[in-house]
Amino acid sequence: MNATLTVWWKEIRENLRDKRTVMSALIYAPLFGPIMFVVLINVQINREMAKAEGPLKVPVIGAQYAPNLIEALKQLGLQPQPAIADPENAVRHRDTDVVLRIPASYGKAWNTGEPAQVELIYDASQMGTDTPRERLQSMLKSYVSEQGALRLLARGLSPSIATPVVVSERDQSTPQSRAGLLFGFLPYFFVIAIYIGGMYLAIDLTAGERERKSLEPLFANPVARWRILLGKLGAIGVFSFISLLLCVIGFSIAGHFMPAEKLGMSFDLGAAFVGQALLLELPLLALFAVGQTLIAAFAKTYREAQTYLGFLMILPAVPSMLMSFMPVKPAPWMYAVPLLGQQLGISQLLRGGSVGMSEIGIALVCGFAVAFLIGLLTAHVYRSERLAISG
Amino acid sequence: MIEVKNLHKSFGEVKAVDGVSFTARDGEITGLLGPNGAGKTTTLRMLYTLMKPDSGQVLVDGMDAAVDPVAVRRVLGVLPDARGLYKRLTARENIEYFAQLHGVETAMMHQRREKLADALEMRDILDRRTEGFSQGQRVKTAIARALVHDPKNVILDEPTNGLDVMSTRSMRAFLKAMKAEGRCVLFSSHIMQEVAALCDRIVVIAHGRVVADETPDALRAQTGETNLEDAFVKIIGSEEGLAA
Repeated sequence: MNATLTVWWKEIRENLRDKRTVMSALIYAPLFGPIMFVVLINVQINREMAKAEGPLKVPVIGAQYAPNLIEALKQLGLQPQPAIADPENAVRHRDTDVVLRIPASYGKAWNTGEPAQVELIYDASQMGTDTPRERLQSMLKSYVSEQGALRLLARGLSPSIATPVVVSERDQSTPQSRAGLLFGFLPYFFVIAIYIGGMYLAIDLTAGERERKSLEPLFANPVARWRILLGKLGAIGVFSFISLLLCVIGFSIAGHFMPAEKLGMSFDLGAAFVGQALLLELPLLALFAVGQTLIAAFAKTYREAQTYLGFLMILPAVPSMLMSFMPVKPAPWMYAVPLLGQQLGISQLLRGGSVGMSEIGIALVCGFAVAFLIGLLTAHVYRSERLAISG
Repeated sequence: MIEVKNLHKSFGEVKAVDGVSFTARDGEITGLLGPNGAGKTTTLRMLYTLMKPDSGQVLVDGMDAAVDPVAVRRVLGVLPDARGLYKRLTARENIEYFAQLHGVETAMMHQRREKLADALEMRDILDRRTEGFSQGQRVKTAIARALVHDPKNVILDEPTNGLDVMSTRSMRAFLKAMKAEGRCVLFSSHIMQEVAALCDRIVVIAHGRVVADETPDALRAQTGETNLEDAFVKIIGSEEGLAA
C-alpha cells in the first residue's frame, strides 16, 4: 500500500479510538452552532412575539386625568396597570419596560386647546424595551392624529390639510434577505466547525507524536517526510470535513425548527445550499490543516500547541466581525481572500442571492493556492532535524 | 555493512561528534560503548539519516546516506533512543504499521510478525493496546516493528536500557540470534559487561571521538589490563558515566 495512504488510514483509525478527539471533532464542534442557534433564536423570537402580539401591560400614572385617552388606548390593546410609586427607578431596574405618566395639567391643557403633555418613561439601554415602547408610541400617535383630524373637521377644514407630505416606505428586502441578517454569524460557525474539527488531530499528529517520542521511529522508515506529512494532512482533512458536513447539515435541519415565517422571514437551507456551502469551504479545510500542523510543528508539547491554536481560533472570526460592524459592498476580489470569500459567499447564499461559478472558482483557486504555499512552508519545517527530536 | 568515515556534528558551540570513524561488519555484533553524553546517540542518528553530518560519510551496504537516505533506511532496522509506541493501537497494529511503511507484502508481513513474536516471546501481548505496557513489553514491540521488514543491518540505541534482568537476558540472546543469521548488528551501550559479553568488536567513544576500536581481547592486550572494566577506564581516562 502507498505510504501516504498507510499513514492516512492509521491516523484516522487511531484517532477514532480517542474519545476526546471524536467528541470534539464530531460532536461538539459541528453541533454546538446549530443547537445554540435554534435555542437562542427560538427564545428570542418567542419573546418578541409575545411582546408584539399580546395585550400591552403598562403602568399608568394619573389615568384619572385623561379617561378618554385611556379608553381609546384600551381599544388599541393597552391594559393599563395600577400606578407605581417610582417609575424612573422601576424602568431602570427592569421592573417594567415602560410607564405612561399623565400630569394633572392634562385636562386643563386639553380643554384650552393647548398641546397636552403625556410622558413615556423608559430606559433605552435595556434590552427588549423597544417593542413595548414602540407599540405604546404608535397607539398614542394614532390617538393624536385621530383627535387632530376631529378638531379640524369641527372647524370645517379637511384633515388632509395637516398632512402636507405622506411618506410611503418601499422596503426592498425580501423575506429571505431579512433572514440573512439573522444568520449573519452562521459562516463563522462553519469556519469554527472546520477549525475545531481538525485541531485536536493536527496537534496530536505532530506535537503529540513528538511528545510521545514516536516521531523519531516513524522518520526512520524509508518514506520521504513529505509523504508522511501528506498522509497526516489528509487525516486532519477528513475529520474537519466530517465536522463541517455535520455542521452544515445540522443548520439545514435546524432551519426547520425556526419560526422564521412569524418574523416575515424565510430561508432555504436545502440541498443546493448545503452543496454550495461545502464547495466554498473546501479550501479552508486544506488551509487550516497545513496552518495548524505548521503551528503544532513549532510547539514542543501537546499543551503548548493547544494554547497557540486556541489563541488563533479568533483569527477566522475576523472577517465575520468586520462584516457585521462595517457593512461592505461585496466586490469580486474579496472572493480571492480566504475566509473573507467564504463569509461573503455564504451570506450571499443565505440572503437568497446566488454565487456565480466564477466567484466560487476564484475562492477555490486562491484558497488552495494559499494553502499550498503554507503547505510548502510546513513541509520545510517537517524536514528539519529538530522536529523529530523529542528531548 | 555499515561504514562510518570521519563524522562531525556540532550543535552550536558543542561538538557532539568530532571525527568518528568505524566499520560494523555483517555477521558481527559491534558495540558502541561510551559514557552518557559521549555522542553515541548523535552518531547513530546520523547513521539512520535522522540527522545530517556537518562533514564525513556514512555508507550502508555501499550506499551513501547523504545521496539516497530513503534507500539507506530501507536496509536498516532501527530501534532509536525514542521508542514511542502508538498507545491507542495494539502491539500487532504498531508492528503492521511499520511493515506497511516499509512496503512489506501482507502475507510476508504476517509471517515475519509471527516469527518475531516467537523470538521476542511477546505472543501474549500482541493484541493488547500498548497503553500501560511495561518497559520490557514496550521495547519488545519497538524492536519487532523495527525488524519486521527483515533488515540486513540493525541499529539499536541502548536496547537494554530500563529492562529487568530476564528481559535483558532474552534481549542478549536475540542479538546473538541476529548475528547468527548473518546480519550486521550495531548497538550502543554504556554498560561494559553487556558489551564485553556480546561484541565481536568494540568501538569506544568519549567526548565525540573514537578512542578505541578493537576486539575485546585486543583491547585487553592494548591496555595491558586483564580486566575489561579496568581497560575501559584506562582508555576513557575517567570512570564518569560508565556502569558496571
